[in-house]
Amino acid sequence: MRKNVSLLVTVLVLLSVALTACAPATTAPSGGQQPAATTAPAQGGETQPAAGGKLEMFSWWTAGGEADGLNAMYEIYKKEHPGVEIVNATVAGGAGTNAKAVLSTRLTGGDPPDSFQLHAGLEVEKYEPEKYLQALNDLYASEGWDKAFPADLITLLKYKDSFWGVPVNIHRSNVLWYNKQVLADNNIEPPKTWDEFFAAAETLKGKGIVPLVIGTKEGWEAGHTFETVLAGVLGADAYNGLWTGATQWTDPKVTEALETLKKVMSYANTDYSALTWSDAAQYLVDGKGAMHIMGDWTDGWFTSKGYKDYGWAPVPGTQGTFVALSDSFAAAKGAKNQENLENWLKVAGSKAGQEAFNPKKGSICARTDCDPALFNEYLKSAMQDWSKDAIVPSVAHGAAAIEKWATVYKDILTTFATNGDVAAAQTSLQQACVDAGVCK
Amino acid sequence: MRQVSRDRLVSILLIIPSVILIGVFVYGFIGFTGYASMTKWASLTPDFTFVGFQNYAKLFTIDRFLISMRNTVNFTVLFLAACLILGLVLALLLDQKVKGEAVFRSIFLFPMAISFIVTGVVWRWLLNPGTMQTGSSGVNLLFEKLGLPFLRSKWFTDPTVIYIRPETAVGQFLNNIGLGWITTPYIGFSVAVISLVIAATWQMSGYTMAMYLAGLRAVPDELREAARVDGANEFQILRHILLPLLRPITLSAVIILGHISLKIFDLVVSMTGPGPAFATDVPAFFMWDTTFRGNNFAQGAAIAIILLIMVAVLVVPYLRYTNRQEAEL
Repeated sequence: MRKNVSLLVTVLVLLSVALTACAPATTAPSGGQQPAATTAPAQGGETQPAAGGKLEMFSWWTAGGEADGLNAMYEIYKKEHPGVEIVNATVAGGAGTNAKAVLSTRLTGGDPPDSFQLHAGLEVEKYEPEKYLQALNDLYASEGWDKAFPADLITLLKYKDSFWGVPVNIHRSNVLWYNKQVLADNNIEPPKTWDEFFAAAETLKGKGIVPLVIGTKEGWEAGHTFETVLAGVLGADAYNGLWTGATQWTDPKVTEALETLKKVMSYANTDYSALTWSDAAQYLVDGKGAMHIMGDWTDGWFTSKGYKDYGWAPVPGTQGTFVALSDSFAAAKGAKNQENLENWLKVAGSKAGQEAFNPKKGSICARTDCDPALFNEYLKSAMQDWSKDAIVPSVAHGAAAIEKWATVYKDILTTFATNGDVAAAQTSLQQACVDAGVCK
Repeated sequence: MRQVSRDRLVSILLIIPSVILIGVFVYGFIGFTGYASMTKWASLTPDFTFVGFQNYAKLFTIDRFLISMRNTVNFTVLFLAACLILGLVLALLLDQKVKGEAVFRSIFLFPMAISFIVTGVVWRWLLNPGTMQTGSSGVNLLFEKLGLPFLRSKWFTDPTVIYIRPETAVGQFLNNIGLGWITTPYIGFSVAVISLVIAATWQMSGYTMAMYLAGLRAVPDELREAARVDGANEFQILRHILLPLLRPITLSAVIILGHISLKIFDLVVSMTGPGPAFATDVPAFFMWDTTFRGNNFAQGAAIAIILLIMVAVLVVPYLRYTNRQEAEL
């Protein structure tokens, strides 16, 4: 009798195991049918404009001005295309490193979001555009984007002779932010050359103020600072050549740039490796630090802190050069909602879309025809520079080099910022260029 | 042929689902990672061209990898020592039948319940040294206010690596006897790691204490009584009775703490990042960067396998030891 009971229990357990094993198997087919069911009406809807359905967006803009800006663009989209549900498949995390990992999985797994965020430039190489992305050449032609964006940007956007993303904004990386009060108190003009910078730094150091605040905790900031030094020391053309192989990394000018950065770091706050860029900028806000080399998202950050007493200038030596990075939206191959996707990209590239997004995000339009009245003082000056300066790509933010190379570059600079070994850093930089297949 | 009994059949049937799941999702993927580490896979689309151990050879030429391996060894040794000693001391103190023992036990044990991420963020604030120019912050400020400014430290922002320099007398001596290869910063000690050790020990020493406390409670009072009767003092009891009886506990603690510290990732990411010149970088962090930032999956897999081997070196002898003991019982 007892044996029978235990046998009964065993059979029941086995049965439930078998059932749970079946459970995913039975739901899988219906899950598989679902997309088919939604694509069917979408295909049928191609003849009629208001298709409804969904648009799945993948972005890492989840907080603050970036999220506000994105929502403003969504509003425009919703007004033009009511009935489309926007699914925001966001993965939070600064600079999108977490998002990128998830995105890779979804792309290779054949379940891509319709559109996703991408740094404009060579970062696109990472996503093997010919395999996973849609070329947007036709859209560029029909929307007139090839004329709306500046020529230097068009060059930057093209990879393998095609466009793979629509840039919505432009950020500048070579900005020197300063605390007006601190500089004025010490009779210092914003430095235009590195010699002026070092003279100023010496004065400030004597007063117990950190001449240059920097935070390198996230690993890209030292590389960011160095690219602005490089652009100044080499000039726009030679700097561009570094990424195409026309300029060798063994060039004496690169040595000079490394020496400059080494000297700059000797005037930096000693706890730089413990801080993020915004932690470092806090020193500037508090008047403990004088200057900060950082991209122009700092402007938005200052504003959010209610801090107004800041000034800006190009990083010493980079007057007339605009080290640029840009966020763009790409279209995944095999997107489930093709029509909604195309409409989205049209909004992202439009004047109205960019004017809605950029003042909130604290960046300028990639287009040159946005209304300056919508922007704050800093952004107005950046817009002027954008229309006349030589535009060169940022490496720390994905524009100048393929991501594998950029990652090594950042690692080298993070080490260099601390150990100051010029020869070793230069050898490694050249090696990285060779490994990337650009230098010989 | 012997008839398989019904009980045996049932037990085999019951175990099959988990064997299959573990086989696929643990060993299958370990195998796949091992395979991937010997390919050219360095982009989104897998490229399974076989290259043998090339990725491993490459790893050992990469500065950041060697540094992170050194840091892991530094961290593991210090973390184990600190946790074991502190855990044992706390357990011995609590074992004195103090008043409010339960309260203390909970206080010491609580940090274990916190995520390493939280620990990392909190200790980042605490140990952030501030700057020489603008004044201290965190515990440095505390030391200053207490009139102990000499205790201030650069904590995890200290890029110092202590190693035997080839130009020193010791270095030259080592070089002369053919041990010149020791004189590199890769075989050294990264000072910044101490900060990580403090945070990790704060979190895990309570857990070690709980293990030791359980062990101490299992020691029969008769043994201590007998030792006392024989004239042993408290230290001798500890040295000759308690410690030998606690050996299995120590071993388990070493395994559990050891595999945590070899694989540590979350604490480092949230607390220090890679640190100045990678002074607090660890292989798991490097693996993540290589794989998901650099898309270099083959190399990431190679790092993963090396981590696995390191953990296996620690765990396998333990498993064999416990298996043998169980067989003896």
